[in-house]
Parts: sequence; structure tokens; C-alpha cells
Amino acid sequence: MILDLSIPGQLITAFAPDMLLMGGAMILLLWSAWRPESEALQRNIGIASIILCVTVGVTIAYYVARGDSSGVGVIAVDNFRWTADIVFLIATIGTIALSMDYNAREGITAPESHVLVLFATSGMMTMAAARDLMIVFLGVEIMSVAVYVLAGLDRRSEKSAEAALKYFLLGAFSTGFLLYGIALVYGAAGTTNLSLIGERVGQPGIAGSAMLIVGIALLLIGFGFKVALAPFHMWAPDVYEGAPTPITAYMAAAVKAAAFAVFLRVWLEAFATASDAWHGPVWWLAVVTMAAGNIIALAQKNIKRMLAYSSIAHAGYILVAVAIGTPAASAAFMFYLLAYTMATLGAFGVIVALERRGGGQLQIEDYAGLWTVRPWLAAAMAVFMLALLGFPIFGGIGFFAKYWIIQSALQAPAPQTLLAVVLVLTSVVSAGYYLHVVMVMFMRPRSEGAVAVPPIGGWTRFVIAASAILIVALGILPNSVARWTQRSGNRPPVATAPVAAALPANSTVR
Amino acid sequence: MMQEQFPLFYTFHFYFFGVVAIASALAFVTRKSPVVAALWLVNTLFALSALYVLLDAQFIAAMQVLVYAGAIMVVFLFVVMLLNLGHPSEIADARGKWPVFVASLVGIVLLAQIMAISRSRVPGTMRLPKGLAAGDMEKYGAVGAVARPLFNEYLLAFELTSILLLVAIAGAVVLGRRRSADAR
Repeated sequence: MILDLSIPGQLITAFAPDMLLMGGAMILLLWSAWRPESEALQRNIGIASIILCVTVGVTIAYYVARGDSSGVGVIAVDNFRWTADIVFLIATIGTIALSMDYNAREGITAPESHVLVLFATSGMMTMAAARDLMIVFLGVEIMSVAVYVLAGLDRRSEKSAEAALKYFLLGAFSTGFLLYGIALVYGAAGTTNLSLIGERVGQPGIAGSAMLIVGIALLLIGFGFKVALAPFHMWAPDVYEGAPTPITAYMAAAVKAAAFAVFLRVWLEAFATASDAWHGPVWWLAVVTMAAGNIIALAQKNIKRMLAYSSIAHAGYILVAVAIGTPAASAAFMFYLLAYTMATLGAFGVIVALERRGGGQLQIEDYAGLWTVRPWLAAAMAVFMLALLGFPIFGGIGFFAKYWIIQSALQAPAPQTLLAVVLVLTSVVSAGYYLHVVMVMFMRPRSEGAVAVPPIGGWTRFVIAASAILIVALGILPNSVARWTQRSGNRPPVATAPVAAALPANSTVR
Repeated sequence: MMQEQFPLFYTFHFYFFGVVAIASALAFVTRKSPVVAALWLVNTLFALSALYVLLDAQFIAAMQVLVYAGAIMVVFLFVVMLLNLGHPSEIADARGKWPVFVASLVGIVLLAQIMAISRSRVPGTMRLPKGLAAGDMEKYGAVGAVARPLFNEYLLAFELTSILLLVAIAGAVVLGRRRSADAR
């Protein structure tokens, strides 16, 4: 059925999965405040959080089966939202599972860490749902505030504190850009609703107005900071290196996916008709990001920093899908997010497994000869590296993710051949560092003074195994996933007359 | 441009509270002691709330006093007193030639911007229809005019804001609490 979001009951129906997560997180927050802090409590809350995420996932599956849709309103009810939510929930479950083992080793007993992850995820789900710039902003803030704190969770580590402060300051700075951009777009279009902006920006008086163009530019910078595009990426390596490793995984996988989901929706629903204004800048950002991320990653010795630059490069690949802007591209975008999230989670899972208390064993050299001591772990890491590289067969769905982005670039009405060429060339460069890790693990001998690999926690094993198996298995049957994501391509809503008429008066001021 | 005529009572109070607001704001940024500065800020906020009353926004004026001048400033003062920030010259961050120069430059640009905007025509998309706010006030009263949109079309945004505040509080507690390992 088509939900009418101006009726409170139907708004609640449309927002129920998000509310379930928020409500559950509040109950867990109370539970963690009620009991004295302990390792057991931390673990129990983690397990309860995972159960909550699975419940929300089941609710979302039910919503997908119902096949509701909404007209023009503050939030969207469509497959794009639900698929993005599933990606976030996968990343959240992985993060919390890794956190439980990591916290136990590092002596972090604050059970609120899992609750903050849940709140950040509810912010992400709000972002994926938002069809109004106000809701976009609130979602971004709920997510960001929680992640600022998570980055500084390890109170004993100076690096963690530095990461949190840096992330907070630059995040607040980028929020300023975002907010200013929203204000100017509102000024130009007279509404914060994405679909209505989409209608208005095509009108002759508004299309070329300076206010709209400056607004779009500021929004682009704001989102650029959040997803770490090339000139705005300076914070990413330091923050990724300093934050607790499971939180780094969360930032690289879920935070990036969420920022991209809302970025794509804003761009394709609100600014599709103004594409002359932004296509050039977005094109260049994509090229610069792909080039800078991959080239700087080649020089990294620390594996967390290397993955940080690799995630910047991936932001460039994903931005290609935004630049193309067709429904096929946004379907390829979803598929890419899923593949990238699983590969990133798995890679950070391996890092968590090998890391020492206080942050030792993080150099790529420390992985030398891993094949001889822990063959399964080395094989899984190889799968993740090859998936991030986009290698056929062994890289599983990573290959298809890149393949579909390139395909949608070439088959778009205005083919983006040059972007596809840059994507392929920079991917070749990325082989330099992804294959280096594989080479070090499999071909170098274990160094003399190498410390023995510690026993790996059960939850970490679960995350590594699940992501490796999913990557390979879905790589064998990519079409089942692709059929699913194809239906999740972003399509602007068709404004039916009664729904448009039911919009609040204030948002339609002309 | 046609100049609208306002009664003398209105004009007098507008300039009176305007001057008080600007003078207190200047005193706020020039005082050396943080506590005195904060009290001048309270004065600024009171003068602003009087200006809101002149704009027929009595409810916003009351909120301004309750929330900003009351709650937020009290928290400010608590923080200033509890943290005991030390001698003012130690915490000064914008001394020296360059910062002052840049700050004045930004100030001049902002002033020029205000001048330019006050002379230019506001685009139609940014203007409320004439009498819309007054009509709402008449129909729903000062509180209703704010409450109706807040709890109807902006209900979701309102509820999400409370989640945002909850997350911020929980985060501050997690970061601010004593390290658990030290406590043991």
C-alpha cells in the first residue's frame, strides 16, 4: 500500500524498524547503567545488541515482503532504504561481535560502547530513510555524535584520544558546511523536501541561481568530508589508525555506506535536474579520490593506515556511481556497498585477531609467513584483499561489484568511458598494495623474533569466517544478489495527487 | 522604497533594546574574567528576548529567557567555575597582530554582507506570504503557532532531536567517567 506520511499512524508504520532499533538501544542503555560495570556485562549487552540487530533485520525483511511505498513525504519507504539498512545491520553485527573480543583484550569494560554503536546505526537508518534535508541532517548528527565518542573509547590510548578529537573537530567543521548548504538550498527552492526540491530546481528561475549552486557546492563539500573524498580526506588515516580497531571497521564500512546512501539519495532525488551544476565537480572529485587514495596507499607500512587509504580509494569508485546517476548505477552502487562492507569487516576482523593489547602487531611486515602458522586466517585475509581489489573468482563478489559499476558507466545514456578507464587503471595500481599483503603472508618466511599468534576469540572467528564464506559464495552466485539490488536502485517517487495535496502547508511556501 | 511608520513607543524600545544588546555583546567579548563575560551574555540574551516581544513573538521571547538565559547560561557558569580555567591570559587564543587583523577583516565582510542583503530584494521563495504569521497567532495563539507545526509536520524531526540529545548525553558520560581500570 502507499503510506500517507501526514497521518501519524502511517508515519509510525513507515518508521517502525528504526524506532524498534532506537527503543531497543534505550532499553540496553538502561540495562548497562543499572548493573555494575564488568566484563560479563559488556559481553551480555553485546549479545543482546546482536539479537536486537537480527530482530530489526527480520522486521525489515517483513517490510520488504509487504512492499509498501510512500509518496512525497519526510521519509522514504522503498527498497533502496531497506537494502541500505540491511548493509548497515550486517556491519553493526560484525562490529559488535569484534568489539566484544577486542574490549575483553583491551580491558574496556564500558558496556555503553555497544549501545552507542546501536544508536549510530539508528542514525544511519534514519539517513537512508530521509527524504527531507532536516531529517538528513538529524540522521547525520545522531550517527556522527555516537561515532565521535566511539573513536575515543580507549581511554588509556593517547592515539585514540587524538583520533576522537580530530574526528570531532573536522566532523563539526563538515557539519557546518552541510548545514550552510542545506540553508542555501532551502533558500533557493523554498522547501527542504527532496522530491519538491527536485521539481523546483528544474524551473527556469531557480535552475541557475547562485544561491542554489553555492548550496549544492557546500553540500558536496559536507558529504565529501563525511565519506572522505580526496581533498577532504586528511582526517581519515589518523582517525582510522587511532580509533579502536572494531570501531575503525565500523567507520570504514558502515559510516561510509550510510553517508554514501544519503549522498546518492539527495543527489538523485533533489538535484537530478541540476546535473549541469554538479556533474563536472563530482567527476573530478571521483578521479582525484581514486588516484590519490590508491597512490598514497602504496607507501603505507601500517595496515590500518593502508586500509584507510584504500577506503578513500573505494569512496572514489563509489562516487563514480553517483556521477553516472542512472537507476542502473544506483543498483550497482548498492551491490558495491554490500561487497565493500563485507570485505572491510573481514579484513579488520583479521587485524583484530592479530593485534596485541595496546596496539602492537599492526605493521604489514608482522604478517610475514602467516600462512605457515595460521593457514585459514591467511587464506581469509587473502580473500578480503582480493575482494577489495576486485579480483575474479578468488575475490568473490568484489569482482562483480566493480564490474557492474564499470558496466553502468559504459551503458549510461551519456557514457562515462573516461571514468571507467580511470577506475580500471587505479584498480591496477591498488593491486600493488593488496597483493603485497597477500605476498607477505604467503611467500615470506615467518621472521625469527615473531611472536606466536594468540588464540583467536570465538566472535572474531565468526566474523572472519562468515564474511569470507559470504564473499566467496555470493561470488559464485552473484545474480541472486544482483537481482535483489536491481530492485533497490534509487527511483524518485511518483507524486500522486492526493499525497502531494496532503503535504504540510509550510513546506510548500512559494 | 516605502518606509513603514511605526509608533514612537515601538521605535524607542527597538533602539533601546538594540543598543543594550550590542553594548552587552561588546562587553561580553572584551571582559577578561569568564564569569563576568558570561553575565554580560545573559544581559544580551535578555535584550534579545525583548526584541522578540517587539516582533510579536512572545512565546519565543519566553523560551529565550527560560532556555538560553536560564538553563544554558547556568550550565555555562557551572562549567566556568568548576573547571577553574586559570588566569585569563593563559587561555586567550586570539592575541597578537594576525588573529586580530583576520578577525576584524571577517567582521567587516560580515557587516558589508548585512548592508548588501538589507538593500537587495529578497527572492520570492524566501518570503512568507504577508500576514501568515499574524493570522496563525490570531487563530492558535502564541504557543499554538509554534506548537502546531512542531508537533505536526516536524514531529519526526522533533523526536529525532531528542534521540540526538540522548546520544550526546550518553556519549559524554562514557567519555567523562573515570577509567574503569584505574578504579580497580
